[in-house]
Amino acid sequence: MMEISIKKVFRAVGFSLLILWAITSLLPLCWLFISAFTPSDFMLKMPPEFNPLNFRLDNFTRLFEETDLIWPWTINTFLIAASITVFNIFFCTLAGYVFAKMEFWGRDVLFAAFLSTMMIPAQVTLIPMFLLMKKIGLYNNHAAIILPQLAGVFGVFLLRQYIKTFPGDLLDAARIDGATELQIFFKLIVPMAKPAMAVLGIFVFMGQWKSLLWPLIILQDQVKFTLEVGLATLQQQFATNYGILMAGAGFSAVPMILIFFAFQQYLTEGLTVGGSLKG
Amino acid sequence: MKTTALTLKGIGSYLIKKKWAYLFILPNILIFLAFIVYPVLYSFLLSFQEYGVWGNEWIGLDNFFYLFSDYVFWQALKNTAIVTVVMVPLGIIVALLLASFLHPLSERVKGFFRMAYYLPGVASGVVMGMIWRWLYDPNFGLFNLILEKIGVAAQPWLTSPKTALGSLMLMIFMAAPGTAIILYLSAMKKIPKELYEAAEIDGAGSIIKWFKITLPLVKATTLYLVIINTIASFQIFTQIFVMTQGGPGYSTYTLVYQIYMTAFRDFEFGLASAQAMILFAIISIFSVLQFKFLSSDVEY
Repeated sequence: MMEISIKKVFRAVGFSLLILWAITSLLPLCWLFISAFTPSDFMLKMPPEFNPLNFRLDNFTRLFEETDLIWPWTINTFLIAASITVFNIFFCTLAGYVFAKMEFWGRDVLFAAFLSTMMIPAQVTLIPMFLLMKKIGLYNNHAAIILPQLAGVFGVFLLRQYIKTFPGDLLDAARIDGATELQIFFKLIVPMAKPAMAVLGIFVFMGQWKSLLWPLIILQDQVKFTLEVGLATLQQQFATNYGILMAGAGFSAVPMILIFFAFQQYLTEGLTVGGSLKG
Repeated sequence: MKTTALTLKGIGSYLIKKKWAYLFILPNILIFLAFIVYPVLYSFLLSFQEYGVWGNEWIGLDNFFYLFSDYVFWQALKNTAIVTVVMVPLGIIVALLLASFLHPLSERVKGFFRMAYYLPGVASGVVMGMIWRWLYDPNFGLFNLILEKIGVAAQPWLTSPKTALGSLMLMIFMAAPGTAIILYLSAMKKIPKELYEAAEIDGAGSIIKWFKITLPLVKATTLYLVIINTIASFQIFTQIFVMTQGGPGYSTYTLVYQIYMTAFRDFEFGLASAQAMILFAIISIFSVLQFKFLSSDVEY
């Protein structure tokens, strides 16, 4: 009897903790959208009024009036993220296939070397990369952002783990039938690896959309900025005009939120594969 | 095979035989060499030099000596250490607790909470930083409005050196550890039910079961999270850049923010490389230590 009632109390406490945490975790995002739709006259009143009845698009119209660069920034961000995603998936699948299914001299050493670099903080490579890009004339050029991300260790690992589970007989049979390695890759591996490729694609796209540091360093002209770099500069321009700032922030957050809801399952899977990489 | 591989001809024919394997990984290797191996080595060399437009000067360990006597560097190191030492364990404990409460619930309920916890992580650091700067605004921000309503004095939050770092930490704390919760949930799912049933027969209660079965069996996940979160914590930049610019004073300077300022405001690339090398060394030492320390008894 005693045990049951303690259990009940325990569960009730646990459940309220879950709810409480869900509220605090969602509150900032809700606040973002409430403020984005509340005109500044209501927001800067004393005390401010946040009433859904007052929701207007004023902040968005003013955002677009005062910064005609929002659209270029969005297009830049999309083009950079999309091209990185496409190439990264392709090259990582190629390498993942090789590490999973082919045997050759140096394979395990090479793979270990790849994995060990995951511990290297990006800031260590930042300065030499900047100097390198300046030297080869890619400073202030989107190629400087795209080029280093055409392949990546996480993707190679993810695809290798996935392709490893494919039956080897299938590949052998195809080879006996005279299929070339290219045919095997495009006709067998790629169709079967699609789920893992999708997981990688979502991670790469979202990661690139959200990145700030490298684009901030390597881009100079305002018109070439990505959305995140642009937003950071808007902050200086509109210091405390939070309505406009929140409209801009919402503009960057909505695509990510939509992707999240569309591909939630893939995201969970990708995280779990990442988690299986222990050291 | 072994003997032919030693001759040039043998190596040549081996490469031809395996050409597809090498060809397929070539793009990865090139990018790996150009954008990881070369920069790391170059950064290492740069850290012993003073960068100049007309050529660099080799100055031995001077960059490091300078840093060890630099007040701002110690401040940045201290702030980074405080954030890491407080936030990494706290975040993991919260994630473990929430995941433990979540684990026995139905899939649909679990799905809802997973969404609620992960969603804020979907927004970028810039977006979250902007929202929190607004929440923290001393005059119109939501937090001070609430405090005023309940009769507590308004706080300066990010505008005072005394509270700025704490405010940043509160923000990191309140952004629910979505990734960690998802990882813990999937680790808990893999624990065989028989283990719990056997423990119940022996008369173990929920808390004992949690300590004796759940906790040890998610240890691998804990290890992974500690390493990953420590590395991430050492690299905090975006929020600082968006919210405080390292200020007021140097109260929210972190190692990475200082690297950024040294390199791209002062153009002291040598000195900044020395800072980056110290960051690299700290992260490496931490990773190795944590791995040794926590993995010593990961056995099922």
